[in-house]
Amino acid sequence: MTAAAEYELAGSVTSLRDRVTGHIEAGGRLADLFGTVHEAGLLITAQLAGPDGITTVDVILPAGQASYPAVTPVAGSAFWYEREIHDMFGVVPEGHPRLEPLLRPASGPGLPLPGGDGAPGRIDPDPRLLPSHAVGPGLFTIPHGPVRSGVTESIEYLVETPGEDIAHLNMRLFYKHRGIEARYAGMRPADAVLLAERTEGVASVAHAIAFCQAVEQISGTPVPWRAALIRTLHAELERLACHLDVVVRLADGAGLAVATARFGWHKEQVLRLTGQICGSRFGRGVVTPGGVTAAPQLDPAGILAALRQLERQLSADLKLLMGTASFLDRLRRTGPFPPARAAEHGALGPVGRASGIVDDARQSRPYAAYGSLRTTVSSRDEGDALARLEVRVDEIAGAFHLLRQAADELSEADSGPLHADRTGADFTGADFTGADFTGADGRAVSWAEAPQGEVLYDVRIESGRITRCRSRSASFHNLVLMHEVFAGDILTDFPFIEASFGLSVAGAAR
Amino acid sequence: MWVLRGLRDGVLTTKWPARPDEYAASTRGPATVLGGPDVLTSGQPAVAGLCPAGAISVDQRGQARVDQGRCILCGRCVQLRPDVFGWSSGPGGATLTRAGLVVPPEENPQSLAAVAAALRARTRALRRSVHLRHVDAGSDGSEEWEILALLNPVYDIHRLGMFFTASPRHADVLLVTGAGAHGMAGPLRETYEAMPDPKVVVAVGSDAVGGGLISPSYATSGGVGDLVPVEVWLPGSPPSPFAIMSALLLALGRLPAAPGSQAAAGPSQAPAGKRTAGGRR
Repeated sequence: MTAAAEYELAGSVTSLRDRVTGHIEAGGRLADLFGTVHEAGLLITAQLAGPDGITTVDVILPAGQASYPAVTPVAGSAFWYEREIHDMFGVVPEGHPRLEPLLRPASGPGLPLPGGDGAPGRIDPDPRLLPSHAVGPGLFTIPHGPVRSGVTESIEYLVETPGEDIAHLNMRLFYKHRGIEARYAGMRPADAVLLAERTEGVASVAHAIAFCQAVEQISGTPVPWRAALIRTLHAELERLACHLDVVVRLADGAGLAVATARFGWHKEQVLRLTGQICGSRFGRGVVTPGGVTAAPQLDPAGILAALRQLERQLSADLKLLMGTASFLDRLRRTGPFPPARAAEHGALGPVGRASGIVDDARQSRPYAAYGSLRTTVSSRDEGDALARLEVRVDEIAGAFHLLRQAADELSEADSGPLHADRTGADFTGADFTGADFTGADGRAVSWAEAPQGEVLYDVRIESGRITRCRSRSASFHNLVLMHEVFAGDILTDFPFIEASFGLSVAGAAR
Repeated sequence: MWVLRGLRDGVLTTKWPARPDEYAASTRGPATVLGGPDVLTSGQPAVAGLCPAGAISVDQRGQARVDQGRCILCGRCVQLRPDVFGWSSGPGGATLTRAGLVVPPEENPQSLAAVAAALRARTRALRRSVHLRHVDAGSDGSEEWEILALLNPVYDIHRLGMFFTASPRHADVLLVTGAGAHGMAGPLRETYEAMPDPKVVVAVGSDAVGGGLISPSYATSGGVGDLVPVEVWLPGSPPSPFAIMSALLLALGRLPAAPGSQAAAGPSQAPAGKRTAGGRR
């Protein structure tokens, strides 16, 4: 599926900047930028996405050299990526506008080395340091987090404000950085998929699919059609649950008690249906390298019946919600993100699609069963919180449409294999715990469209063990955009804007 | 009209724990060892290397044990050795000691009963107005969803006299999720210290109990047990809302002994007294 991806060692690190800017000027986007410890120094990899797929550019920062010309001044979307490289490897991107700690404070003993074999030291951030960006009379900083009101994930928003307007917003993710990428090193693919599921817990299925596709590409394993359908089924159920979660949070923010309760109930029903099908309310333990672990515990007719009932109840409530003027007024023109900036940054998922980007990996770079099913892409040009909600409402309808198609196809493919039989290798039927990938060697890039947007995996395997697994979630790529959507908005708009982005801190901080 | 819409589907709320709940009974808990204390573990594939999270151990006698605090519910052991392992089910799984999560148990039931009695004596004053505070110490985000689900009309824990509060100063119970990220050690400690006595800490999910698959890692502590004094240990990846509810009732000594529920079978989970938890307040 990543036939268009090409690997090259473009040599000198100075060429990186030109490659990235050239690509963005030609209408592409920077999809990822990260480092890997390499025998010759630090390997810096840029994933450049365009209409033809994803191109991988690898450059080497020679050992002993501690800086390189930053990409950020010419391509703003590299802003957080270069801070991450600085946090993780101590390398300085020269000319970067603000090298503050993002995922890991740069001080302290021992730097973590994802992909390397050195044992990283522990990290202890100093939360009392408050960097401030905006300066002026009466401006002060409200440190909002990491322990916030309500049941939320830990993140710190540093709100710089003269009292009501939000002059500037800063984010610090390091509170819940878990070192996931370093944890992959040495794992077997069949174990590592369980870690991929826990990278961004609310998008477990999308992460598992992207990871497994990379492993399957490396080992040359074809996924059976029935397994592709089951993957698609769970991916769309996950989309329903995530989008409904956003609706619940928006309704809760607006104080619509009945709507909050109703959509909370709908979300619970989606999770229960997922649990009924596979045993896990989050679709975990289903996707595995080579296929899926088990057939759905509910037959396709049962799934279709449950979907019909759910869609009837849900669409009536959605219709009412999208006609509730007091609710829509809170969202309209709140947190606007202009289409020009979205294109420049390569904004992903519903955030990008609400700002005029017509791109959905399910349609433009199809995987699993999406290539054979009818997928629609919804987009808006307004770029405000309302547009982001409208895109999600469209995608809820689209998810039901895809779920029905997948269930219909499943009833026809009822007796097909669930897992690739790698005859010839030491594959032992039911035991897919990794024995069948012992010989795998290589590297692949793969993706899936999570509810939050595209997740991108770059997996390297040597003799059946993972040496490096880069997992870039849409949450990381999009969260940085919260910096710039507060034009004219005040503190009370904050919950709406945060909810309308619908991102996961776990996926961003990893 | 939203008011009328709220009446459309009648009462959706479960009556658990006063009445049994069909869904609660069917929810999946961590893996468990089948067939009593002396299951033979010979045969293929070997039992010892099955678990990717290191939850399975085999002692010298060939006795297999599952540390449910490390179980991430991937189901591999159940799928590959259904003769030895099975799923636990029903709302339960929480225990009052870390060692109590190992099945079959090694611990002396007498000491468990003493722990339970001491906790119950301390939390008795909280009665039916219990305020909960949650802190995420490096979760994957799914535990937060399951805790928030307690507020939806299906679970509605307000009926049990439990409420979420923003301020730790008003909180009686601290729910901690996540593998104990170093970055959260300080904020978690401060939150705990800001809470008035008596207070109870619940570790929610296998990541919080033992670090799950995330540990060992340069950035996490392998669970939150070293960061705050945990008194209720709830495994699960993530634990279901029913399991979280039952852990809360266990913390307050209000969990009725439910037949058929794994966790409620021990002597530690005896009802607090004549007043059992239910709709009455």
